Amino acid sequence: MDDRRTPLARARGLGSAKDGVHHWWVQRLTAIALIPLVVWFAISLVMLSGADYAVVRAWIGSPLVMVLLILTIGIGLHHGQLGMQVVWEDYTGGALRVVMIVFTKFLAALFGLGAIVAILRIGLGG
Amino acid sequence: MSVANRPVHRPLSPHLQVYRLQLTSALSILHRATGIALAVGALYLAVWVMCAAASPRTYATFQDFNASIVGRFVLGGWLFSAFYHLCNGIRHLFWDAGYGFELKDAYRSGWIVVGVSLVATALSWIIGLRLL
Repeated sequence: MDDRRTPLARARGLGSAKDGVHHWWVQRLTAIALIPLVVWFAISLVMLSGADYAVVRAWIGSPLVMVLLILTIGIGLHHGQLGMQVVWEDYTGGALRVVMIVFTKFLAALFGLGAIVAILRIGLGG
Repeated sequence: MSVANRPVHRPLSPHLQVYRLQLTSALSILHRATGIALAVGALYLAVWVMCAAASPRTYATFQDFNASIVGRFVLGGWLFSAFYHLCNGIRHLFWDAGYGFELKDAYRSGWIVVGVSLVATALSWIIGLRLL
C-alpha cells in the first residue's frame, strides 16, 4: 500500500499522536534506571525493619541515601505515571480519560515534590 | 441431508467456563495489576518520607498503621509487587531487545520470574521479621 504521508511527516516519524516513540522510550529508560534503585531500596527497607524514628531519619538524611531516595521516588513516580496513562487509555474514553490522565500526572508531581522537600528537610535540617 | 444442512462443528471461541488460563497471559495481567499497585505504592512511599519529616507523632501514627494486620498486608503486597514487576519488567526489556520470543523461552522465563519473585518476597519477610 502507498504511504500517504508527506516525506516530511515520514522523516519526522511522529505519527498521529505527534509524539513518536517518546512515551515508549521514556518508559523503558525509567524502567532500566529503576532496576538498581528498586533492588537497593527493597534491601534497605528490609534492613530498616523495626528501626525507630531517629534511626530512620538518620538513614534518610545521609547524603548518598538522600540522592538515591530522591531518584527512586522521582523516577518511580514518573514511571508509574506513564504506566497509569496507558491503563486509563486502555480502559476509559472521552472526558473521563482526559480527566484521569491529568489527575494522575498532577498527583505524581505533587507527591514527588512533597517527597523531595521532605527528604531535603530531613537531610539539610529545618 | 444435503451438505448445506449438515450441522457444522466449528471450534468454539474461548468461553469463561471452559477457559484454561495460560501462564503467559496470567503473568501479563499480573504485570499490569502489580504496576497499578506500585503506582499507588509510590505515593505511599512519598507519604512515608513526608511523615518522617513532619514530627515523631505523625511518624508514630504511620508506623502504627504499618504494624497493623492491614499494614503488614499492604507492605507484604508492596514487596511482592515490586519484586514481581521488577523481574517481569526485565523479561519485557529482553523482549524489547528481540530475545526470548519462542514459546518455550517465554514459558521458561515466566516460571523463572514467578520463582525469583516468590523467593525474594519470602526472604525479605524472614529477614525483616528477624530484625523486628
